[in-house]
Amino acid sequence: MSLPAYAADMSLSARAHRVAAVAAEFADHVDRDGRFPREAVDAMKVERLIGIQIPSAFGGEGASIAEIAEVCSILGQACAASAMVFAMHQIKVSSLVEHGGDSEWHKDFMRELAGRQLLVASATTEGGIGGNMRNSICAIEVEGDTCRLTKDATVISYGAHADAIMVTSRSNEKAAPTDQVMTVFKQGQYTLQKTVDWDTLGMRGTCSDGFLFQGEAPSVQIFPKPFAEIAAQSMLATSHLLWSAVWYGIAADAVLRAQAFVRAAARKAGGTQPPGALRLAEASNLLQLLKGNILSGLKLYADARLDHDRLSSMAFSIAMNNVKLASSETILTIINQAMIICGIMGYKNGTPYSLGRHLRDAHSAQLMISNDRILGNTSTMLLVQKPDTSLLG
Amino acid sequence: MNETIRELLTRVGGLPVAVTELEDGADLYAAGLSSFASVQLMLGLEEAFDIEFPDSLLNRKSFASIAAIEQTVSHILKAHEAA
Repeated sequence: MSLPAYAADMSLSARAHRVAAVAAEFADHVDRDGRFPREAVDAMKVERLIGIQIPSAFGGEGASIAEIAEVCSILGQACAASAMVFAMHQIKVSSLVEHGGDSEWHKDFMRELAGRQLLVASATTEGGIGGNMRNSICAIEVEGDTCRLTKDATVISYGAHADAIMVTSRSNEKAAPTDQVMTVFKQGQYTLQKTVDWDTLGMRGTCSDGFLFQGEAPSVQIFPKPFAEIAAQSMLATSHLLWSAVWYGIAADAVLRAQAFVRAAARKAGGTQPPGALRLAEASNLLQLLKGNILSGLKLYADARLDHDRLSSMAFSIAMNNVKLASSETILTIINQAMIICGIMGYKNGTPYSLGRHLRDAHSAQLMISNDRILGNTSTMLLVQKPDTSLLG
Repeated sequence: MNETIRELLTRVGGLPVAVTELEDGADLYAAGLSSFASVQLMLGLEEAFDIEFPDSLLNRKSFASIAAIEQTVSHILKAHEAA
């Protein structure tokens, strides 16, 4: 008698690898057609990866950001768009887990998310704010127990495929642009009218279309904490770390492909090293640097997580900004090296060494929150912050 | 000190509301203090009181309200005196 369901390896890594196998199968289709990676996301739900971050008291597994980063990296090696959808969802979940614990509604929503494996999208970008999500133009309107919100959301990644959307807005009609709240709207509580098409160079499967969002929900669905705190204490770190993990995955797969190419060439040449071998050593060096960068960021976050003052300190913000800057720039160098190694076989689509999708997907990294904006923020903070120059501190 | 802080806030805070209308305990971020303006404010305070903010106090909480800033600055001034 065979019991495949029971025999299956249920470790997080094994589950992620099974999803990655599905994601890899459809990665080129998703990229070519610019369509949502439905198969991979369904596989995430089957393997119950969607709710892993929810604490076990609410039906999840209480997975740490480091464990989630590992899943992002495994998925990123297969299909960057699927991995990025997973990462963006988990960033929203981190806000729910870190800031929803004091509200009965948000606790119930955690249970529902884990139970039904609900995919959560984010609507923080708005026409007219110039890309700074810490400003809102739209304002939530609370009337009795009901809240209403209309937002010209120029980007809602996988918005049309999500089961819920977390939307930022000013806290009331008279509030300053920085006085923001975030509200959870569940499918059925909102309508989306598509306004902008997502037809891009890479990351085509995230389907980050623009929509006119119109929602109405019970006002208890507004997060009880100001969005400024949520952004500083959970979103900043989890975004930069989980994105970086996805990008690491893209670069790691590119290096694997380059290595396979060099090996095959070495075998054919009867032991003579092909010219690309040196570049492979360089790429491997950069990949290790990238890995070290992300790992130190994950450790810093794990240490700072329990201390809200430290999480909202400048030193921590600068460190997370630096993780993002370094990861997003290094992957381009690595993948470019891999492309030079593989030559025309890397440049062509449909070979075992193809790197076009990797390179195009990787180009999104320096733009999703523009590196120039991040450099600007960091340089402002460096006017007053004194760096800790110790090696271990 | 309260007056100096309010003066600086008026000059560099870039708030959409008049600083005179803010109570000492009012949330400055909710009133529209941007992160850039908060750094300008810190620089101004360092200059005005001849102090340096230690890293441990460079967080949102230390600059959340006029009262919080007063407390932060007094704390540093006291530490200076003790040294």
